Amino acid sequence: MSEPKGITRATLLKDLRLEWRSKDAINSMLFFSLLVVVVFSFSFDPSAEESRQIAGGLIWVAILFAAVVALNQTWARELRNQVLDAYRVSPAPANSLFLAKAIGNFIFVSVLEVLMIPLFVMFYRLRALGPAWQLLVVGALGTWALVVNGTFFAAMSIRTRSREIMLPLLLFPIAIPAVLAMVQATTAILSGEAGARFWIVLLVTYDLVFTTSCLLLFETVLNAE
Amino acid sequence: MSGNGYLYAAYAATWIIHIGYLATIVSRYARLKREIEELKR
Amino acid sequence: MKRTFPILGILTAILLSYALYQALVVAPTEQTMGDVQRIFYYHVPSAWTAFTLFFINFAASIYYLAKRSPAADIVALTTGEIGVVFLLVNLITGPIWARPVWGIWWTWDWRLTSTLVTWLIYVSYLFLRRFASGGQTPTLAAATAIFGGLCIPFVYFSIWFFRTQHPQPVMGGGGSIDPRMMHALLMNWLAFMCFAFLVCWSRYRLEKLRREVDAAHALESLKDVARSAR
Repeated sequence: MSEPKGITRATLLKDLRLEWRSKDAINSMLFFSLLVVVVFSFSFDPSAEESRQIAGGLIWVAILFAAVVALNQTWARELRNQVLDAYRVSPAPANSLFLAKAIGNFIFVSVLEVLMIPLFVMFYRLRALGPAWQLLVVGALGTWALVVNGTFFAAMSIRTRSREIMLPLLLFPIAIPAVLAMVQATTAILSGEAGARFWIVLLVTYDLVFTTSCLLLFETVLNAE
Repeated sequence: MSGNGYLYAAYAATWIIHIGYLATIVSRYARLKREIEELKR
Repeated sequence: MKRTFPILGILTAILLSYALYQALVVAPTEQTMGDVQRIFYYHVPSAWTAFTLFFINFAASIYYLAKRSPAADIVALTTGEIGVVFLLVNLITGPIWARPVWGIWWTWDWRLTSTLVTWLIYVSYLFLRRFASGGQTPTLAAATAIFGGLCIPFVYFSIWFFRTQHPQPVMGGGGSIDPRMMHALLMNWLAFMCFAFLVCWSRYRLEKLRREVDAAHALESLKDVARSAR
């Protein structure tokens, strides 16, 4: 039996290959992300100075909504093909499966961000007055925070009634400290103020605590019942 | 509302919420008791 | 067992009345806010009680995952639900207090905001319990409760820092507290804890009865199937 890392890599590559071949999910998600950005631009006038000040918040809320739609998608396919039951009876450690799903979702959401963020920057004429490279750090940490908990809760939600609404119901409250951190860090970096470091440290701590929790509890949740 | 009006409103709201919740427990208990009596027959 | 409940009920009622008397009569009137400040004696102990219950919920959830004890699962359900009720009281008395003192219903004050997020986390826990189906509910709920509990320090810490950067009027006030006020506060907390215990006990009994009824229903359906098969 192959070691855990091998299984993670294999599952991840399989998922990515599936996404790439079908292209349906990624295309519809990309278009959805574009729509979200445009709708936000109509709701929050880009030419107004106030909108540029809250751009950090707008970007992350848009990413949050796109991520929820993406997360709901990725488990839905597994459920349709009863893959989940196959995973349960396989000797593969559940954590490998979880990591593969989480990393896959991370890549998926990052692809969406690569589309959305330049659009936001263009529409809102954003400039980073602080160190711009820190934005990459915030982006990665923030996306992982959303994705790691999102993957875990998505796996739980598909076993419940009203599964599409269950994911945001569970994810949003728990994500609030992380979202606050992402938004504040982004805003601080864009406006060149100090204070981003605190939020980045908070995000690192949040990511460590919740990644550990997900890895510890995923097997239990997968085998519930 | 005068200052004290708010004070009484807050205390009243507290007990309305608690009594309301207790009432749901009591009514559900009564209904379940009836159900189990029926089932035992 | 059957007699302890009414006795404890009466004792709790007496304690609650005494604490109420402390809050409304014995505690001195606050200088700046006047009598409205007495809302404090219900507002704060409600939150303390709620958090005690949430802590028990966290512990019970971990215990359930370790030992698979159905009793632990019911304790988790009970404390989660009743914690939400007590925290709701805190969230409602907060604005009722803020309005005459600050002129606005909501101030995004550190404590109130963090309490709101905590409330949202545990309400989502209750939704999970309602929407999960059958045998997996206790496990999924326990996992959710653990995540929720772990999140609370992040909630309070992040919002605290946010508020130091963007200050808003602070409710509850700071500074030293008159010992008679502290006495009234602690009395009400003690009374609320006793009351919470009784409510939890009742909810526990309700849940046990509900599971009994479900089991009886299941048995009936099995009998029906057996009967029709003959």
